[in-house]
Amino acid sequence: MKVMIQHVEMKGIVKRFPGVLACDKVDFDLKAGEVHALLGENGAGKSTLMKILYGMYQIDDGSIVIDGTERHFHSPADALDAGIGMIHQHFMLVPTMTVAQNVALGQPSSRGFLLDLDVVSERICELSAEYGLKVNPNDLVGHLSVGEQQRVEIIKALYRGASIIILDEPTAVLTPQEVDDLFIILKKMVKEGHGLVFISHKLHEVTALCNRITVLRDGKMMGTRSAEGVERHDLIKMMVGRDLKTLQHRDYNPGPARLEVRGLHVTGDRGVESVRGIDLTVHSGEILGIAGVSGNGQLELAESLIGVRKVDSGSILLNGTDITNLKLNERIDQGVAIIPEERMLDGAINDFSVQENVFLHDHMEKSFRKGIFLDFKTMAAHARELVREFTVKTPTLDTPIKNLSGGNIQKLIMARELARKPSVLVAAQPTRGVDIGASEYIHQRLLMQRDSGTAILLSSEDLDELYELSDRIAVIYEGQIMGIFERKDTDIQTLGLLMAGIKPGDPPKPEKVIAACED
Amino acid sequence: MAFKFPVKSLAGREPSHGEGFEFFLRTAIPFLGVIAALLISAIILLFLKTNPIVAYSAMFQGAFGSVNGWSQSLVKATPLLLVGLGVCIAFRASVINVGGEGQIILGALAGTWFALTFPDLPRFILIPGCMTAGFLAGAFWGLIPGFLKARYKVNEILSTIMMNSIALQFMNFLLQGPMMDPEGIKAGTFLAQSARLPPTSWLARLIPRTMLHSGVYVALIFAILVYIFLWRTTIGYQIRAVGLNPRASRYSGINVPFNQMLSLTIAGGLSGLAGVIEVMGVHRRILEGLTGGYGFTGIVAALLGSLHPLGMLPASVLFGGLLVGANTMQRAVQIPAALINAILGLIVLFVSGSALWIHQIIKKRKTAAIVVALPKAAAASEETKS
Repeated sequence: MKVMIQHVEMKGIVKRFPGVLACDKVDFDLKAGEVHALLGENGAGKSTLMKILYGMYQIDDGSIVIDGTERHFHSPADALDAGIGMIHQHFMLVPTMTVAQNVALGQPSSRGFLLDLDVVSERICELSAEYGLKVNPNDLVGHLSVGEQQRVEIIKALYRGASIIILDEPTAVLTPQEVDDLFIILKKMVKEGHGLVFISHKLHEVTALCNRITVLRDGKMMGTRSAEGVERHDLIKMMVGRDLKTLQHRDYNPGPARLEVRGLHVTGDRGVESVRGIDLTVHSGEILGIAGVSGNGQLELAESLIGVRKVDSGSILLNGTDITNLKLNERIDQGVAIIPEERMLDGAINDFSVQENVFLHDHMEKSFRKGIFLDFKTMAAHARELVREFTVKTPTLDTPIKNLSGGNIQKLIMARELARKPSVLVAAQPTRGVDIGASEYIHQRLLMQRDSGTAILLSSEDLDELYELSDRIAVIYEGQIMGIFERKDTDIQTLGLLMAGIKPGDPPKPEKVIAACED
Repeated sequence: MAFKFPVKSLAGREPSHGEGFEFFLRTAIPFLGVIAALLISAIILLFLKTNPIVAYSAMFQGAFGSVNGWSQSLVKATPLLLVGLGVCIAFRASVINVGGEGQIILGALAGTWFALTFPDLPRFILIPGCMTAGFLAGAFWGLIPGFLKARYKVNEILSTIMMNSIALQFMNFLLQGPMMDPEGIKAGTFLAQSARLPPTSWLARLIPRTMLHSGVYVALIFAILVYIFLWRTTIGYQIRAVGLNPRASRYSGINVPFNQMLSLTIAGGLSGLAGVIEVMGVHRRILEGLTGGYGFTGIVAALLGSLHPLGMLPASVLFGGLLVGANTMQRAVQIPAALINAILGLIVLFVSGSALWIHQIIKKRKTAAIVVALPKAAAASEETKS
């Protein structure tokens, strides 16, 4: 292994993108043997700052000093050479190759032109044992779970001799149990003398794992705190610039059933059955949360409910009438609304203006047209009203929606859907990639809608969010419902286990035997 | 490629800043592309030992140097504009209509048939009747690939091209058989052309001793109608939504396949109209080679006009002029005919390339504008709150 880096200093980092100041004189430093968290909302400049350290971006001003010498990285290869590795949010792995092949990719072989996969495998086993990574070099990456793939990425960085490792939102794709496992690994790495940068916007994770916390907002450094004794609301204030309102405890008085799903079977894109016999009921004035790791059928469930995906068998009832065979258009008119998971692909048309996006469905409404002509006057009035009511920040109504921030786009989509006063709202990942301020607003709106009698089906990967908002929570695993609980009768740990497919009372899963690593 | 016309100025709302410059860019740069293409062609001309200045001035003189030149250019611009308008509507729904040739033929055949079958109808019924027949026949020829795309996901580029061949052979069959000019049979010439249309169906010639006919007005009116259709009606809105993002359109309950089929049908209708107008205004009968490649050149004219009905007005006149002027140039400096095609090809290349370039410039300006505008908007919304 190369010499371990003891101290990385980034001083007065300035990075400009056309029209945006992504980093404005940011100072950041990292010592060996610590986890330093970079906390901030989306677009605060966390990833940009770290991509600078990893050589993906060049700085406009400032300097990077490693162990006392100033360094310039022109590419990630330079940074890797110096001992800095980065694990991206989206893994850079080839699914059809084995772990060892992935790790060996792009690395010189110890045997010149001949492959040395056995040497690589051996080293993987060593690293795996040293850090408790439990990775089998002969497994096909495509067969591994997301958590395991992440460990392969860590191995890759360690194999290349990285002593500083940057983790970009590593927990976003993991179940709570997988997060715990990851933290154990990370703590072990710190003990071995590695320095870690942990990019996140989840406060409890940051306070649980990290030694120091640096908060960024709008490209500016808001300050660095020691994790010990730091107050959560102080951090929030640094991130958002103000205090957040806390959600109040609410009465739960469900009304009549609005949405009923009976024995639903749906085939996913890859021709595999993704929803395998789901029964659900959502009542008026209730939020039913769907908890689950992404890819367990939530998307297909939502899509079949609103009618963009065909149902193989089973039925969907809206206020007691069967809508299984209705077209999407008819469902919307009967009171189904959706906040789609892929906001920019399914929820909005990038090149359309804010106003045009408000009327994707409603332009067919009589009040917004005169015969076949669009009635721009009433349209503008309606759009202006929605923008005002939902505090969407946009320069004008004619601004193309792609120029708005994620949070504002989501607010606009929400405004559009709620303006129809739906009796059922399917909200898929409504706050994913949305900044804290907008998330808070979206949460409040969802609760308001619930109180006004709408039945809401909310799916989210953020278990905290789900737990906070839902009246009942259903856990989905491999297309089936593992259980439905009232919020007060459950806790995040139980839900987390179910999300991983482990039912209470099941014997604990046997530890994977890593045959290839045994002598 | 996505062109966005400032709708708000027509809707009576204030245009946001930067709009004027953006409009200028989007309109001006394609024409600069034409100039760049001509400069490159000049180098080729030099290699052929031809003086490009002489060549180009002959071209310009031929196209726009005289009343006759102008009227010839406009005569050619008329079908280009109509075909291009159709291409534009289809393109807005992200459907590519390469079937202009076939649709022109069908429109011409139907219009000719109508005029020859009802020669005694009064002029004010006969002319609109012919045009309607031409429009409907062309629309039918667009509906078929449209339906195949909507129902069976058949690639419309392939199917429309195949529809061109079918139409061409169909016309050849009719002109050498059932529709052949009886006069020609009597005289023994057996030319592949139909009988002459009754004079009541002829479009008026606007300038004596030129070919310029009143069809040019029809094309103009349709340019305005298409503009209104795309930007002021619910169907036009749906077509644009489908073209820009079919997934989001589908999620909003818009029938994506239907709109694609509809756009191809309308495109066919407009090409059909071009065909019947060509018959009634220029040849006064249907004959071989009637399409003159307008079905393909119209696509290029549409691109040059930034796929916008109003941008296509100057674009089609320019292209009509290029077609006319190219002939004059060929005669004046004795260059091979193939070179004319090369020049037209270069223009296409530069025009479509310029679209990318404009896109980049505007993107840069926009990010800058937002940084300026957003805090203002935020401040404004803060004010309204308090």
